[in-house]
Amino acid sequence: MNDDRIDQIIESHQSEASSLIQVLLDIQSEDRWLSKEALSRVSEKLDVPLRRIQHIATFYKAFSLSPKGRHEVHICMGTACHVRGAGRVLEKVEAVTGIGPGETDLDMKFSLETVNCLGCCALGPVMEIDGTTHGRLSAADTTDVLQTYE
Amino acid sequence: MKSIRMQIDGKEVQAAKGMTVLEAARSAGISIPTLCHHEQLAPFGGCRLCIVEVEAHGGKNIVASCVFQAEDDLIINTRSDKIDRIRKSILELLLAHAPESPRLQELAKDYGADKDKFPQEASFCVHCGLCVRYCAEVKQLNAVGFIDRGIRKEIAFLPEIASKECNDCKECFPLCPTSYLQAAFVLVESLAFPRDQATQA
Ligand code: SF4
Ligand code: FES
Repeated sequence: MNDDRIDQIIESHQSEASSLIQVLLDIQSEDRWLSKEALSRVSEKLDVPLRRIQHIATFYKAFSLSPKGRHEVHICMGTACHVRGAGRVLEKVEAVTGIGPGETDLDMKFSLETVNCLGCCALGPVMEIDGTTHGRLSAADTTDVLQTYE
Repeated sequence: MKSIRMQIDGKEVQAAKGMTVLEAARSAGISIPTLCHHEQLAPFGGCRLCIVEVEAHGGKNIVASCVFQAEDDLIINTRSDKIDRIRKSILELLLAHAPESPRLQELAKDYGADKDKFPQEASFCVHCGLCVRYCAEVKQLNAVGFIDRGIRKEIAFLPEIASKECNDCKECFPLCPTSYLQAAFVLVESLAFPRDQATQA
């Protein structure tokens, strides 16, 4: 993201230091990560020390300090999904994409995360990709679903 | 102007408005052990070693004296079986991280804390925040900060700032109750701005 776009985002939040988290969330959702350059720009513009921004950016799981793939895969490991076979779904995704939780593949296609409850336990096991929920997955469905993503 | 009257360990103590219980106690010569407290820094309430028993409004409570504001008619106990027991456990937990810390060992002696009570997990940093807060509040350099949270929380120097400022300052080194801060600095220095490079430049 270039500085002009970052400045725009900051201005849309009235350049208030108290909007720091909102600004970071906007950058995160556009770029899918927070680059060091972006954080430095925000620090300068909002007059918040980089030290503080770094703490906040590493504190919340919503932020990523490394580039994410085009598709964010979240596999629910909550209790209900767990007993309904989330482990098998995860293994399948790992096998198909070649990455583990917290990782991104070299083609920047998928990033994989495990999460603790997506709130739709009746659909378990659940995998969410870019915000779309895929429920009642078998290992075979999992492969099919992944293949629909470019 | 000292306008607040309270009782600490059976002694009448006067305090000014805005003072903490810890400050009031110290001004009356009553000592309360602390780890994360520093006179030049805003109260942090991180280590909980400074806990005391407070009786007020008909109830009894355990509070961190370094952040608890002095108030009229408080009755405070800085030591009791319960307080000593809790302090001992806190010390034992801290010692699991920094078994060799001289400051902790000294306190451990007073409270009979056993450094091997909990399996050692020598992360060395006890998250007192003295280095981070001193650098931010007193020096306003912000060269070192916390990252992550919970069991993964650590301190981290920002190489860009540290390479410029730290070698001439290092005032945080003696504040650290363990040697972790210095170790972290030497590590970032050797990785990000090795000394030979700096002298050549
Ligand atoms: S490095 Fe030392 S001074 Fe800094 S937070 Fe950890 S224990 Fe405290
Ligand atoms: S001195 Fe009060 S919590 Fe550390």
